[in-house]
Amino acid sequence: MSTGITEEQVREIARLAKLEFEDKELPVFADELENIVEMVEKLEQVNTKNVPGTYHGIVLDSVMREDKAEEGTDRDELFSNVKETEEGFIKVPAMIDNGEAGA
Amino acid sequence: MSLLDHTLEELHQMLVNKETTSEQIMEEVFRRIEETDEQVGAFLTVTKEEAMEKARQMDKEGIDENNVLSGLPIGIKDNIVTKGVLTTAASKMLEDFVPIYNATVMDKLEAAGMISVGKLNMDEFAMGGSTENSAFKITRNPWDLNKVPGGSSGGSAAAVAAGQVPVSLGTDTGGSIRQPAAYTGLVGMKPTYGRVSRYGLIAFGSSLDQIGPITRTVKDNALVLNAISGEDEKDSTTHPGEAPDFTEGIGESVKGLRIGFPKEYVNEDVIDPGIVKAVRAAIAKYREMGAIVEQVSLPHSDYAIASYYILASAEAASNLQRFDGIRYGYRAEDAKTLEELYVKTRSEGFGDEVKRRIMLGTYSLSSGFIDEHFVKAAQVRTLIRQDFEKVFENYDMILAPVTTTTAFNIGGRIEDPLAMYLADLMTVSVNLAGVPALSVPCGFSNGLPVGMQLIGKHFDEKTLYRAAYAFEQATDHHKQKADLNGGEAK
Repeated sequence: MSTGITEEQVREIARLAKLEFEDKELPVFADELENIVEMVEKLEQVNTKNVPGTYHGIVLDSVMREDKAEEGTDRDELFSNVKETEEGFIKVPAMIDNGEAGA
Repeated sequence: MSLLDHTLEELHQMLVNKETTSEQIMEEVFRRIEETDEQVGAFLTVTKEEAMEKARQMDKEGIDENNVLSGLPIGIKDNIVTKGVLTTAASKMLEDFVPIYNATVMDKLEAAGMISVGKLNMDEFAMGGSTENSAFKITRNPWDLNKVPGGSSGGSAAAVAAGQVPVSLGTDTGGSIRQPAAYTGLVGMKPTYGRVSRYGLIAFGSSLDQIGPITRTVKDNALVLNAISGEDEKDSTTHPGEAPDFTEGIGESVKGLRIGFPKEYVNEDVIDPGIVKAVRAAIAKYREMGAIVEQVSLPHSDYAIASYYILASAEAASNLQRFDGIRYGYRAEDAKTLEELYVKTRSEGFGDEVKRRIMLGTYSLSSGFIDEHFVKAAQVRTLIRQDFEKVFENYDMILAPVTTTTAFNIGGRIEDPLAMYLADLMTVSVNLAGVPALSVPCGFSNGLPVGMQLIGKHFDEKTLYRAAYAFEQATDHHKQKADLNGGEAK
């Protein structure tokens, strides 16, 4: 299967990845992505019937630790890289776009 | 001769004999950085005051005779978090990020008495093979300032090759320690997955990433790996139990050692003849020393790049979701909604290569493509791992080139991302299989260093150090030094 990635597809992937591109960047990205995707589609040649996937660096069982409380990190310290705070909370713009920007 | 031309063991002996002090060693480090880093560009952050203070403290308390690394300097790749010290991963996204905690490797180095002298340049978020993807600066290869030092741990390699520090830490997801080590004539270890804690390593591909040392000599490398290895309750993928002493086999003969040489890695259509020649000479040297070297096959090698770029990019797309402008790092201004804040922050904060990988990863994970891409790549990864396991049924180690060419010109590949990816041909399989591999200098081609990699069984770094040390003692490649004044390699 060949791909032919369209600018529309690039826009959709970007939306999923929470990125945006200028219109003039879209064709360049579509081309680059298409080249890369064509290269990786070489994998179709490999017979992987009944082959399990490897998703980890090494085979591991679940690692458990004792469920006991430990001292947490100080809130002020945790906030040391936060750009904007108010009364001990992180300040962000409106969560829901209700048409009244900044509401 | 500079103090820093000595090995770590020699420096330690000099400290114990009071022929020098930790303070004097640090002074030499910072003198050398000041003298050469305008040309080389290895460091993003230099922590002179803190390092000098620690060195003086160490001298006052007295050097620990039993601790070979105490009072000695090290440089750290900038994707390893350092408490109170700017950590950027060479990204605009983290241009002002000062971590409130240390990576486990930093705590371990500190416990061993090593003193960090600063943070080293790299490709943004470790994505790249030339260090040109840094948001901040270009790093140059000390062997030829027009060439790249490799990447992504290019700063880590350049700093050691330029004699600024005797050792540095790098990270390797698809070759990012071994390739720069090869390009700069150094020894670089990608340990077995799980050998070194990844806690505090800014994640790229979590099933592939490992931290490892870059040094001039094999023994120095083993000594530093000793210090940073081991189980860590903060990283559930670390190998349980105590790590062995990696210097143990050093000095033992390689007589009878069974080495496999993959036939897929001698294709002169893809690999520079000069590199194949140097690696063949290394094979001859091993045979001369009594090792048995035979041709083997890693039949799925052709598919490694494809499998790697899908899996690494998918993991990256997921890992890099955390950069959203809320809790730390860059935050776009004037966003009116939260959604806009995320999108603007990420679009302005990430560089092109990082975006490319996030896009590829997101594509591979999106509905309609996940089976064809992501699941398929994971299945091929199994076959690649099995290729290695099969060879290791009959061989102790695999010997292969690291790179397809020697260091290339700055600007030479940056416009062609695919060419940059394809050059990772011989390094990525190792990460997919999770096995350890040590890049070792094995000669020169047109005046530039060539590296070979010794690839081992899971958790058998010891055999690699033993074999590399024997080769190092039998050759003088590691004694060559980059001449920053533009002269020919001596």
